[in-house]
Order: sequence, then structure tokens, then C-alpha cells
Amino acid sequence: MSKEKPKVAFYWCASCGGCEEAVVDLAEEVLKVIELVDIVFWPVAVDTKREDIEKMADGEIFASFINGAIRLSEQEDMVKLLRRKSKFIIAYGSCSYMGGIPALANMWNRETIFNWVYSESPTVMNPDKTTPKTKIEVKEGELELPLFYNTVRTLDQVIEVDYYVPGCPPTPQVTKNALLALLSDELPPKGSVIGALSKSVCEECPLNETKPDKVLIDSFKRLAVTKIDPEKCLLLQGIPCLGPVTRGGCGALCPNGKMPCTGCFGPLDGVLDYGGKAISFLASILDVPPEEDAVLKAIENLPDPVGLVYKYSLARSLLRGRIIKKGGGSE
Amino acid sequence: MSDKVIVVDPITRLEGHGKITIFLDEAGNVKRAYFQIPELRGFEIFCRGRIAEDMPIITPRICGVCPTAHHTASTKTLDDLYKVKPTPTAEKLRRLMYNLFMFEDHVLHIYVLAGPDFIVGPKAPKAERNIFGIIKKVGKEVGLKVIGARKKAREFMTIIGGKTIHPVFGLPGGVSKQLSEETRKQLLEWADEAIEFAKFTHDLFKKLFLEEYKDLVFSDAYMHKTYYMGLVDEHNKVDFYDGKIRIVNPKGNEYAKFDVHQYLDYLGEHVEPWTFVRMTFLKKVGWKGFVDGEDSGILCVAPLARLNAADGMKTPIAQEAYEEFFEAFGGRPVHYTLAMHWARIVETIQAAERIKELASDPDITSPDIRNIPTEKPSVGMAVVEAPRGTLIHHYETDENGIIQKVNLIVATQNNAARICLSIDKAARSLIKNGQVDEGLLNMVEMAFRAYDPCHACATHSLPGSIPLVIEIRNSKGKVIKELRNT
Repeated sequence: MSKEKPKVAFYWCASCGGCEEAVVDLAEEVLKVIELVDIVFWPVAVDTKREDIEKMADGEIFASFINGAIRLSEQEDMVKLLRRKSKFIIAYGSCSYMGGIPALANMWNRETIFNWVYSESPTVMNPDKTTPKTKIEVKEGELELPLFYNTVRTLDQVIEVDYYVPGCPPTPQVTKNALLALLSDELPPKGSVIGALSKSVCEECPLNETKPDKVLIDSFKRLAVTKIDPEKCLLLQGIPCLGPVTRGGCGALCPNGKMPCTGCFGPLDGVLDYGGKAISFLASILDVPPEEDAVLKAIENLPDPVGLVYKYSLARSLLRGRIIKKGGGSE
Repeated sequence: MSDKVIVVDPITRLEGHGKITIFLDEAGNVKRAYFQIPELRGFEIFCRGRIAEDMPIITPRICGVCPTAHHTASTKTLDDLYKVKPTPTAEKLRRLMYNLFMFEDHVLHIYVLAGPDFIVGPKAPKAERNIFGIIKKVGKEVGLKVIGARKKAREFMTIIGGKTIHPVFGLPGGVSKQLSEETRKQLLEWADEAIEFAKFTHDLFKKLFLEEYKDLVFSDAYMHKTYYMGLVDEHNKVDFYDGKIRIVNPKGNEYAKFDVHQYLDYLGEHVEPWTFVRMTFLKKVGWKGFVDGEDSGILCVAPLARLNAADGMKTPIAQEAYEEFFEAFGGRPVHYTLAMHWARIVETIQAAERIKELASDPDITSPDIRNIPTEKPSVGMAVVEAPRGTLIHHYETDENGIIQKVNLIVATQNNAARICLSIDKAARSLIKNGQVDEGLLNMVEMAFRAYDPCHACATHSLPGSIPLVIEIRNSKGKVIKELRNT
């Protein structure tokens, strides 16, 4: 291995493994990546230990791609170590970038989750009300489990992040673009979203030509009970598609599957709060009289605004979805 | 503090990876080995308040390795919730997607995760025990075949399901997208290759299991007599997409056969304080602790269990392989955990054959892909066979289809107790008088790898590949040795 090749690390936190699969989906192109960089750390595929990372000089790793949100204390420790050792930290995928779907849990606390999972669920048979503990005395000795935080955090709420790669998961093309952007002579400005586009999903959508300049509808519809015309812009059919406010680069995968964009690539440049932008956009296309009854009628099919506009970004929202706790216990 | 210092590598703990702690007695023999899964995300809670049709979008995020299993279980739960049947074409498209998924997911496990133990060898140098080692041993051509077969299947899945990692096409009463005639033809052309590839894989591994690694596969260190559970069709044949849940006892006799709506009568979940995963057991038999046998409610799911619980396969070549499998082991049921690998290949053949059958059906390109629900939603339950075992989704909603309650019984949860048994037994068999061989790591890993466990699913939290750490503690509880695979 040539010494001049930049060192790259891949790491995962609270995630589903889809971001790992996304890298694997580079398929034979992984071999091309290896020509450009040395992968020094990738628990799913490369045999490097934490000690090896600790032994490295600060800043020795060129770039660490970290996917997953922060749910456990150990995840925080590990990303802090990688921060020290890396020149660039890249938040890879929606969970790391915006909290992702697991951050919807921020509407509840640890206690509520534990109660359901270990007690209330209809299949659980747990008369002694056993719950997992961080330290457990068993007959033979002591066992440990990590601490489950009350809230899910984005990577940049824990360490400084240099770049973001969006997507749930990022597509192979976006991943490749991001790597090339990092290796280019002219680095993107710090804090940029890299690998994806600066235009919206609509610009890549095959149905965009059926979308007029100004979309106006009289009410929203529920996908569950609505027949969809596969050749017509979903917004015109009353389906809340978030394509207009979502960053493109995915190739409009969901609209190509005849389903609405749900916003996994996050906001376009300059937007502070994705959900805020999305909800104001949806409001702007409603053509109803400014009367309370008429408006409520028009939006009666949007019963879950949080799940609609913050599906992937609750942890990053200005609201954060925090719970007012009854008695401390916050991290 | 010093006598309590536990040398756990935060790499493994960080992700809540599988963790094994082995306690030794004073003579250095194993008192007990614990297999812990340290993480949780709480999907069942945060799905509350969501609209029902979001569930097939949200629940695949439980696991990015088997998102199609969750997507399909969720979509079928919506059918049940809205009391609507998918159109015949829609059901065929879902089955097609599902068999493509089973095929590529099994291939991933056979070659990338478990295959190296058999093709390269269980005690081969660690650096070679991977897909690259396989390529080295059997040739680049085979390696490219593996990568190519998976890639092609996943390309078709993107066309059919919108996305491969986290599909989107499932809706109550059908699917969102019609299949084009062009894609159908391409699929049909490729299906023969897929069948050939599955047969090739079968021949390759059968030889290894029956010759080179016979002692290992037939070893008591990897054997437990438990109940087996799997979905069967109306002829009691293995069906991945739908059917009745059938359970056979350790003698191989039918213990129960029921519709998913009765799952609460049969399945319970046990909680231990030292792991986040809930462990499924047979309610009526009862939780008797970590023991096997007919009096213990511990059960087994996934390929071996599906073959044990069924009377045969749905397709002709897979049926031949099924018969050969049981003949090799001396009849049904088979209790050897490592036979799981062989069973997985039998299923891969069925998946490939089903892809061809479905792609041969001209009706699959019909535009009639959706029945629009007209009933009010209330309760929905559905089951599929995920690659890693029986998967049940259960939702309750208000009359507007807003989720009120969610219960998920996920494949690896059903195997969780048996995996603990396997780890404990393998450790006891392999560690004697304090002698801990480095080869132990892989031999113990093989005990759980056979299940292809997915702890992302099991705890609704983790990635599918689990770095493993093994701690050996002396009788004082002190860590005397630590082994890990990352």
C-alpha cells in the first residue's frame, strides 16, 4: 500500500446497517475506491481495532465517514476519538446528519420505551418486571450493558462535523461523488452537504413535466385510500410529496417507484429547519378560503405533521421534539 | 475499581455488538457463557401517532440488511388492517420482490458471511476468512458470479420496489408500480442464471458438508433438540410470503398450526436483565430457562426450522434438494445447528425457481395492481418468513388509521434463546482446564453465525453484521483473556 494514499475510516453508530449495505452496493467499484484511498477502519469488513486507532497520530486519518445517530454513551466516546484522529469528519446518511428515523423516539423518553418493550407489550411475560440494567449481578459474576440515553442526537450535536452526505441511505452515486469531492484539489466549504445536488428532487423526477409552475390543490389525500395516477405529479393528486423542498441527488428513486418523496435527503442549501420549510410549502399550495373550518377540512388528511415533515430530521429540528421530563434523567 | 476493570473494546460495545462473556470455574472450565445484545431503539413506541401507510416506510429502517422483510410484513399488515386483499397481480409482484430478496440475502450470507468458514476453512488465517479468501480459493470467476448475482437481483428490486435498501412500493390492497413487459423479459432471461447459480452453490457446499467438514456439521457441540417454527402453504410446503405458522416438536411431529391472528396464544417473550433482546418462547410449553428438549418452550426459526416444520418445498429442484438434505441427516427433524447453512441453500434454489415461475406469468405485468380500501381500519396482523426467520407485525389504529399500538416479533428474537444455548454449549465443549485456543473465537462464532442473526432486527436496533468480543473471566469474575473479531 502506498504511503501517499489518504486514510479513510467508516464507522457506524445507532443505525440499521443500510448505510453499510449502501457502501457494499458500490459492488465492483469498491475496488476503484481502494485504488484511491486506504481503508484503515471499517468494522464490517476490515480487521482494525480501536487500539490501532488510538495509536495513530491526531489528524492521521484523512476522512472518517460516520453513519448512525448517537443513542449510547459509548457511541459518543468513539466518535470523539475519531474526531481527534481525523482531518475530516463526514456525517454519512440521514441518521448521522439529521437524527434519521430513530430520532422520532425523541417524542418519548427512555422510561416509556422500556415500559412498553419489557412490560406492556402483549407478548411479554415478565411478572418480575425485569428490565435490562447497566450492571447486572449474575450467579457467576457481573455483566454490563451500555447506557441508553433519553434522546437521540445528530453527530454534529456531539462532535464537530466537516461535511454531510445525505440519504437514507446515500446512493452509491452520491457516495462516490462525495469521495471524489473530498479528494479533489478544491475542497468544498466546511459544513457543506456533499455528493448530492443543489437542486430539488423535482428536478430529477420523471413526473416533473406534468407539474405546473404553481401547484394549487383544495385538500390533501391519504395514500392508504387513494388511487394514484402513475403518470401525474403526486402533489397535483393531493399526495404530500416533499420533492420540492428536498435536496436531489437520489435520482428521484421514490417517485420512480410511483411513491412520494419523504424527504430523506434533507433540506436544500440555506434552509435551517427542514420540517418548517416543508410544512410552509405544503400550506402554500392549499387553495382554500382563509376560514378555520375550510382550512381544517383541507388538512384533515395530514394527521401526523411530525411524522410527515420531520420523518428523518427531528433531532436536527429547532424543536428537537424534546419531552419535558417528570424528574430529571436527561443526559 | 481495579479488580473490576473490564477490558471491553468500545468498538464492540459502542455499536452494541454481540458480546460473549465466559465465566470459568477454578479449574478453568466453563461455568456459563453469556451472549449479550446491548442495544435498543424503541420502534414500537415511536411508530405511535404515525399514519398507517407510513409503516412500510418506517419499519424497514429497523434493518437495512433485511428491509424487504419488514416492508412486506408491514404492507401485508396494512391489507389486514384495512380488510382489503391485494389484486392477484399485486400479490405476484410482492412475491416476486420477496423471492428476489430471499435470493440475494441468502447469497450474501452463504458466501460473504458464513461461506468462508467452509470454503476457506474454519481455522484458516483470519485475513483469508472472507469473500476475498473465497475468490482466492475457488477462483475469480466464482467471486464475480457471486457479486454479479447479487447485484443483478438488487437492480431488479430497485425497478420493482422503488428502492432496494428500504423499498417503497407496498400499499394496502396492492403495490404502487406496474411491472413493464421489458423488465419481465429481462427477469425471465436472468432467472435461469439464478437457478444455475443456486444449483452450483448447492453442489459446492454439499460436498464440503458431507466430506471435508462432516465431523463439524454433525458435532454435538452444535446441536440442540428444540421446537421449530416456519410458514407453510396449504400443502405444508415452505412459503416465504404467506401461509400458516406451523410448529413441530423436537421429535418432528406437528405441535401447532395456526393463523397469525392467534400468535398471542402461542408465543410469549422472556426478558433477561443482561441483554436488550426479548426472547420468544412457546407460551403453552413455558419458559423453563436455558435448556432444550420437549419440556422447554425454546424454539428455532430460519432455514433449518422452516425445512423441519414443512413437508417439502414448493418447487421441483428445491424439493429434490430438500429430500437429499434429510436423507443425509437421517430424517426429519435435523437438530444440528450448522445444517442451517445447507437448508439456506435449499431455500435459495426455491427462491430462484419462484422468480422464474413468477416472471413467466404474463399476468404479472397487468395494470391491475391495487384494490383501494373501503373499510375502516382497526387491527392488523401479518407474518412473513424473513431470511432469518418468522417475522410478525401487529398494529392497532384508530378509525382514521393512526397507529395506536405496535407489537413486533422479529426473526432473530425467535432464535435468541437458542443462540444463547448454542454459545454456552460451544464454549463448554471447546474450553477445558483454562486452555483457550485462539481458534475458539471462530468456532464459537460459528455457533451463532449459522443462525445468520440480525440483532438490528432483534432489538429493533442494530446492524446485521455483528463484531464480536469474547471475555474470559476467572472464578473471581476478573477478565483474564479477551478475544475479538474486529
